[in-house]
Formats: sequence, structure tokens, C-alpha cells
Amino acid sequence: MDDLDSIYTDIIMEHSVNTYNKHKLDGASDTEHGHNPSCGDDITIEIKMNGNIIEDLSFTGHGCAISQASTSIMIDLLKGKTKEEALKLIDIFLRMIKREEVSEEELEQIEDARALKNIANMPARVKCAELAWYTMEKLLEK
Amino acid sequence: MTNYEIRKDFPILNNQNIAYLDSAATTQKPVQVIDAVNRYYKNDNANPHRGAYKLSIRATEVYDEARKKVANFINAKMPDEIVFTRNATESLNLVAYSYGLENIKRQDKIVLSIMEHHSNLVPWQNVARRTGASLEYMYTNSEGRITNDEIYKRIVPGVKIVGITHVSNVLGTINPVKEIVKRAHSVGAIVVVDASQSVPHMKVDVQDLDADFLVFSGHKMLSPLGIGVLYGKKNILDQMVPFLFGGDMIEYVYEQKTTFAPTPTKFEAGTQNVGGAVGLSAAIDYLNKVGMDNIEKIEKNLTIYALDKLQKLDFVTIYGTKNVETHAGVISFNVNGVHPHDVASVLDSQNVCIRSGNHCAQPLLRYMGIDSTCRASLYIYNTKEDIDRLVQALIKTRDMFAKWIK
Repeated sequence: MDDLDSIYTDIIMEHSVNTYNKHKLDGASDTEHGHNPSCGDDITIEIKMNGNIIEDLSFTGHGCAISQASTSIMIDLLKGKTKEEALKLIDIFLRMIKREEVSEEELEQIEDARALKNIANMPARVKCAELAWYTMEKLLEK
Repeated sequence: MTNYEIRKDFPILNNQNIAYLDSAATTQKPVQVIDAVNRYYKNDNANPHRGAYKLSIRATEVYDEARKKVANFINAKMPDEIVFTRNATESLNLVAYSYGLENIKRQDKIVLSIMEHHSNLVPWQNVARRTGASLEYMYTNSEGRITNDEIYKRIVPGVKIVGITHVSNVLGTINPVKEIVKRAHSVGAIVVVDASQSVPHMKVDVQDLDADFLVFSGHKMLSPLGIGVLYGKKNILDQMVPFLFGGDMIEYVYEQKTTFAPTPTKFEAGTQNVGGAVGLSAAIDYLNKVGMDNIEKIEKNLTIYALDKLQKLDFVTIYGTKNVETHAGVISFNVNGVHPHDVASVLDSQNVCIRSGNHCAQPLLRYMGIDSTCRASLYIYNTKEDIDRLVQALIKTRDMFAKWIK
């Protein structure tokens, strides 16, 4: 169970069941849909931009604890950031989850999302953690 | 033979401390099959049909022998009704392309059951899109069964193709294929039976079913990956155009045109998977040795045991019929409040192998109003201990997530 305990931590479980980021967004300026065909995880991210700043973010949809937690943690992290800052943080997260080169300093920048680091050791679940971040990247690069 | 004796023949189950409950995805292989493939590559391997030397002739002979064995196993009228493919998916695509696209017209209808695997669904969407035919479904009742009323309501004059899975890979429902075939033939439709989840587990007689096409994969019945079967009635296969073109499926090739080899060779372009056919042949020998009646009995006992144990867990929801007579050893369930993917990860930590997700049957799950399920599927090497391990791991899952379940 040791491996699992490092995955299903309190911080991840809390984010997976909280709902404060899970709702429709009034006055959203854009949305993006993300889907994992193999497991059925399905999320829609809504964004409200104010100039170059991400003023607000929310999501709807369904999926496993990992995908839901990852989405909520990402929303907490990216709210209030500029588009460029957000893309940089997404890049750090994706490198972390794919076990690519990432510095301690970079890990600090992604705050709570570090809690998902151990998922990199569970190949069957990496896609669950990545979904929101790839969807967000697509949304910002539109 | 008991399941405990059978289990000893499967090296992977003895090498790994696992409760393997994902045989609907692929089965493990007995040493008899592994050895047969090994022997073939050590002693008999050559390109069949092409060489004039003894070894090539031997490869041809074992390939033909495998075809005969498959024909006998499902009681086809003759070996020529058996086409070797890569898997059930390729068999279904062959039928969709070589029969469907050639024969279906704009005003025709194609009827499938809502519980089809994507492999017996997406190819027909393509046929419908390209021909302009309409695509309709037979839906399940609350027990996950297709009723006679539904069969008669959906299969009506104008329907030209009916696609039906013999056993649902999600719910384990055994479908009334014989009734469906009877009704389909009475309105002039042909029937394509996906037998991927039935041929490995029960006696299937294509003449008794009167199926026009019936497909299955070798790897779900103890044989190696990469060999599958298309059964088709000889008179229908004879009228069909080839699916893939190339070596060995021809008769005469001119610069501008070609005449084709007879059935089944015209459907087997390129160098045949003789090693796979040898494995499938050995798998059939193994299944015959155990006996299909005995296999049904072993699985029935395990299914009853598993359903009973799972029903006792008040935090588990089971999908599908409660009637074990029409329930094969495929059981879909959910742990209330925990996503199937998370359940599968906890089970994996306990070395219990199950499948989670939509099982390549998105339309069925959407129709049932669920996103995904956990699926435990049984085979002859499973034991009550495997199911006990599943139950223990499910209790562990519930305990682990208890404080987060709303």
C-alpha cells in the first residue's frame, strides 16, 4: 500500500472531492474539452481572460480521483497568472509527470501540483493527471 | 479436469502471484500452447503455399490442419468457411468492407444491439455513412437483456444486416442469437455474430445458430495474439470481393487486371500467420481436452460464487442480469463513490487484475447512464480464491476511500 499512500494523499483526495472549482463559469471567454478515450475521463475547462491575465477558471465533467484532483489543483495554481506564466507552469508540470528534467526551483513554482509527482511512477495513471494540463495548454494556445 | 488442475498448466499464473480477472480482454496461455508454437518455429517453419520443398509443405499442412480444427470446433460445414485474420476486429472489418459496402443500398437499414463492442459498431457506421443506409439499435431492458419484443420491433423488412454480440463484453449477458437470426432471416437480413466472448467459453455451433458470419479472436481462447477467425457461409463468402490484396490471394495477375483465388484463400493476402494458427489449433485441443461442457460448468460455478460474494458487499453496485442462466463470467460493477480507475489501481496494489473503463462500448454505457465500470472476467483457470482476493481488495478500497466518499 506504500505506493498508493503516496498517490492518494490527503491533499489529492481533498481536491478530488471539493467542488469549489467545479461549476459553469459566468461570462467565460472560452472553453476547451478534454477526453481520455480509454478510461472515459471527460472534462471541460472554462476560462475568463482579462487582457493577458487569467481572471477566472472553472471545470465541469467527470473522471477518477486523480484527474479531478489534478484539474482542481491546476485551477488554483493558474488563476491570476498571465498566459505566458501559465504556459510555463504547465510545461513544468508535464515534465515532472513524464519524469523529464525538472529542477527543485521549478517544482516550488507549481505549489500543490507537486503532490502529483508520484503519479509519474504509475504509468497506468499518468494520463489521468495530464488531462487537465494538456486541455489547458490547448485552450491557452488557441 | 478441475480449475485447480487446469491452473497448473498456466506458467504465468504460477510465476506471478496474481488474481487474473481480465480474461475477457485476453486469456493467459497454457504450456501446451506455448510449446506447440515453440515446436513449430523449431521444426516446421517456412512460408506456406509457396515453397516446393518439404518444409514449406509441412507449414502448409499444419496451417490447413488448423483450419480444419477450427471448422470442427464451431461445427462449420467445411474448412473453406474458415478465414484466418488477425483478430475479431479484422474479421468484422472484412465483412463490413467486402460484404457491407458492396451490398448495402441507400434505402437499407443496419440494426445492431446497443451492447456491441466498438469493433462491431464503428465499421457499420462507416458502411452506413458511405452507402447512405440508416443505422438503428436494439436496446436492452433494465436487466441488460434484449427482449423478444425489441427484436421484433427493430428487425423489420428493409433491414439488411443485423450485428449482434453473442455475449456482452460489459454485462456478460448471453444474447438470444438464435431468435435474432431467425427473425433476421425472415425479413431477408444477414446476421454478423461477434462470438469473441462466447466461443472460448461455451459450445458454439454455427449451423445450429444459422449465423451468416461469426467472428472471434484466438487470444481470448488461450492462443497467441495475432490470430483471429471469420466464419462465413460458403455461398456468401464465394460471392464477396476480397478485402486485402496481395500475395497468394490471386489466381492470375495481368498488368491491368487480376483474377482471385477461391474462398478462403482470396481473403488471406500476404504470408499467413502459421505460428498463430498452430497456437490456435493447440488451444482448441486444450479446450477439447477440458471439454466445453466442463468449461461451462466451471465458469458457471465461479460466476454464481462471484455474484453471490459481490452482492453481499453493500458498497458495490452490480450491473446486468441477476439470472445466472443468461449470465456469462463477465461481471461489471462499481464501488459506490469511487471511480473505477481508482478502484483498479487499489486492486492492482493487491495484485488483483481487473479492467476499468468503458470496455470499448461507449454507446452502451451512455445508454445505461454511467461513465465507466470495473469489470472482472473469469476463465477456466480462475478459482474461488481469486474471487476472495477480489472481495478482500474491494473491502480495502472502500476502507481507503471511506472518509472521502460523500
